[in-house]
Amino acid sequence: MIYWELFLAFFIPNIIGYGGGPAIIPLIETEVVGRYGWMNAQEFAETLALGNALPSPIATKMAGYVGYDVAGMGGAAVAVFATVVPSLLLMLGALGLLYRHRESPRVKRMSQWVRPVIALMMAWLTLGFLMEGIEGAGIVHTLLIAIASAIALLRFKTHPAFVVMAALIYGGLFLG
Amino acid sequence: MTTSTGKGLADLFWAFTRIGLLGFGGGPAMIPLIRQEVVKRHHWLDDDEFADILAIGNTLPGPIATKMPGYIGYRVGGIGGCIIAVAAVILPMIAAMIAMLGIFSRYRDVAWIRGMGQAVVPVVMVMMAQLTLDFWNKSQLALGWLVSLVMVVVAGGLIYVLGVHPGWVIGALLVAALLRPVTLGKETSR
Repeated sequence: MIYWELFLAFFIPNIIGYGGGPAIIPLIETEVVGRYGWMNAQEFAETLALGNALPSPIATKMAGYVGYDVAGMGGAAVAVFATVVPSLLLMLGALGLLYRHRESPRVKRMSQWVRPVIALMMAWLTLGFLMEGIEGAGIVHTLLIAIASAIALLRFKTHPAFVVMAALIYGGLFLG
Repeated sequence: MTTSTGKGLADLFWAFTRIGLLGFGGGPAMIPLIRQEVVKRHHWLDDDEFADILAIGNTLPGPIATKMPGYIGYRVGGIGGCIIAVAAVILPMIAAMIAMLGIFSRYRDVAWIRGMGQAVVPVVMVMMAQLTLDFWNKSQLALGWLVSLVMVVVAGGLIYVLGVHPGWVIGALLVAALLRPVTLGKETSR
């Protein structure tokens, strides 16, 4: 039962999410935090922070950790399987068909039409993180960290791993 | 070019391990690295094939950085190659996530560790805002700001006011995109 829920929780986001791994994050949040309540917003944010600080695709890292957290190694295997295998099988199985239609306006339209909805869900998730930050770290610390990391990430193009690390040090020192 | 020899599989393993360890910023940011290994270093695909495979990968949902290794691994070494390539990209960092977060959540009730967790939330918020902007700009470019805005408002009403699961909204859009006749431009597919 738990394995089936894990499979669904990662199969659905990955079979409708166009735009690569990052597009899938708000869809995963809908399942993991919203629908099944396996994690709260704080834990999801922590997982995402570490995921962004480490290399390799984000969708599989999220799946692997959430799956493990919910149901151990078997859970990790099921969640990663649901993330990787269905779209890969489609790709291997329907390569010829997809090759002929890769320039089709209908196929291009699919990812274009989904994008505004993904943007909306990302905006919603951003707002959720803001609320969570205010609730946890307080409004002053939240704004301070947000502004500092926005300047570091956008203005100075600092590597996300360093920004996450700096926030961890700040939190350890001033929020403990 | 199907070389399911031991050396071919070892090459696959090391190439995709490098990609997995050096590729920061999620799948789409990893594409140049994949190209470097697959086209430039090992010549498993030429430039045109790589572009085609990328275009095909983008016609499908799901992470791009597992579809590309999976396909390339399959071409080079069959099913075994496919599994080796995908595993090499994703497994090391899944293990790292489990190990690091496992330790972290064990000491969650220690005050300064909880502080570390709280401090990371605003950073993730900024990153998500960056992605939001990126996806909004892309959809504006493709659909125009008015259409994008109308879609955002309608989808927002359905998902966050009426409580419709986003899967239904996106699913309906995908079906409509596929079925609705193409009015502008030409239908190049046959």
